Amino acid sequence: MTGASLALARRALLVTLRRPQFLAPLLIFPTLLLAVNTGGLSQATALPGFPTIDGQPPVFFDFQLAAAMSQSLLLGGVGTGIAVALELEMGFFERLVAAPIPRVSIVFGRLLAAAVIACLQLTWFVLLGVIFGAGIYDGIPGLLIVYGIGALAGIGFAGIGVTLALRAGNASTVQGFFPLVFVILFLSSAFFPEALLSSPADVIAHYNPLSYVANGMRAPIIGYGGTKAVLEGFAAAFGLAVLFAATATHALRGRLRAG
Amino acid sequence: MSERQVVPALIRRALNELIRVPGAAIPGVLAPTIFMLGLTAVFGQVTHLPGFNGLDQYIAFVLPVGLLQGAGFTGAATGVNMARDIEQGWFDRLLLAPVSRPMLLAGIVGSASLRALIPTTTLVLVGMAFGVKFPGVAELFIAASLVMILAACTACWGAIIALKFRTQQAAPLMQIGSFVAVLFTAAYAPIGMLQPWLHTVATINPVNYVLTGVRQGFIGSVTWADTWPAYVAGFGLLAVLGTFAVRGMRRTGQ
Repeated sequence: MTGASLALARRALLVTLRRPQFLAPLLIFPTLLLAVNTGGLSQATALPGFPTIDGQPPVFFDFQLAAAMSQSLLLGGVGTGIAVALELEMGFFERLVAAPIPRVSIVFGRLLAAAVIACLQLTWFVLLGVIFGAGIYDGIPGLLIVYGIGALAGIGFAGIGVTLALRAGNASTVQGFFPLVFVILFLSSAFFPEALLSSPADVIAHYNPLSYVANGMRAPIIGYGGTKAVLEGFAAAFGLAVLFAATATHALRGRLRAG
Repeated sequence: MSERQVVPALIRRALNELIRVPGAAIPGVLAPTIFMLGLTAVFGQVTHLPGFNGLDQYIAFVLPVGLLQGAGFTGAATGVNMARDIEQGWFDRLLLAPVSRPMLLAGIVGSASLRALIPTTTLVLVGMAFGVKFPGVAELFIAASLVMILAACTACWGAIIALKFRTQQAAPLMQIGSFVAVLFTAAYAPIGMLQPWLHTVATINPVNYVLTGVRQGFIGSVTWADTWPAYVAGFGLLAVLGTFAVRGMRRTGQ
């Protein structure tokens, strides 16, 4: 299964890299929002209740980096879903099913590729951070934490995309879930501290795993939240990865049963 | 059919699509509504910052941004529909008609202006449901007319892209143009609170003047000083983009 999964992951990566127009929106939209959020609301760190580090508020750009990463990873999930749906529409999926490989490797290959793409997405934002002066508070170990949580969350979001694609069977339905990305984002503490969100968004954000993923990636960047935020981030990302890998596998079995 | 009848006919054709495929209007309404409510939920507390001058409702501040985003989505949808007509060959038949190219463009762009009233109405109603005060009839008329002008601008942009690339795959380019134009303004905070780079961009971005004109009635009273620059900027942008779109139409099929 491992060999087939790796081969399918390599294929999925090559297809993605050959068509950068599909990769670009995953980076362009979050980058634009990062620029607008920080350019427009940099003074928001002066609000009472905004987290402080050693008595000083963080730079808003540093705070927003994790939000841009989270948004990009979510969009990556939609992109993975669309890619799988297109393979279904074009008949490539049928050829994969007919191949002498374990069928779960069809899902696992995709999820592995999603983890690599997630690392590429994170690299883009780390580079942006470095270029525009963000300091990674916890240095190289902190960066590894960001990649660890991000890659796991990327697998989880890709799992959602694959599940939707296998259930729906067409790309336009998966594309229709695009606005949901923003709903999930706005109802989390990715963009702003939970304590400063309006009600009932603050309550929903408390139970939204994306809040913990974003806070976990943010902790080593701005040096706020400590080990607790990192562990919660890993737990949320790991939970998402396991849960949605399982739902994707289940959806695959359902599609195979349906013939 | 005279030239004067062509524009209403093309507008009617575009609006027919809304009756036959009502779902086609949903993304243009849903996305700005999510954005407006989401921004309010997330950044609602920023009105406590001194630069907001005591404004108590952030939703009243971002509702106009949603209106302009609705106009942007509508214009982009018009561009995508035009690209679809080009791909399917219907546009070539349209070009064979004994009608001037600017008239054809006017029909297509006019439909976008009218369609923009759907997200506008929805967003104003949703905003009022969440506590935005009714701005007044004259204020609403100014806001709606500016949104219609911006929708015409973004439809021209969509037409330029559609005529250049001749495929619906260029849709992200149509959307990203209006996305950037609307958000690189004083969208999230008053212009005095923006970082210097965004302040400079917003100052030279004509859409910022349109936004100020649309916003004034929702956060205070309408003034001549905020109204005339909005119309000048809107019509100026329309003249520039319209010229390029007409040029694209004239070059098509040559």
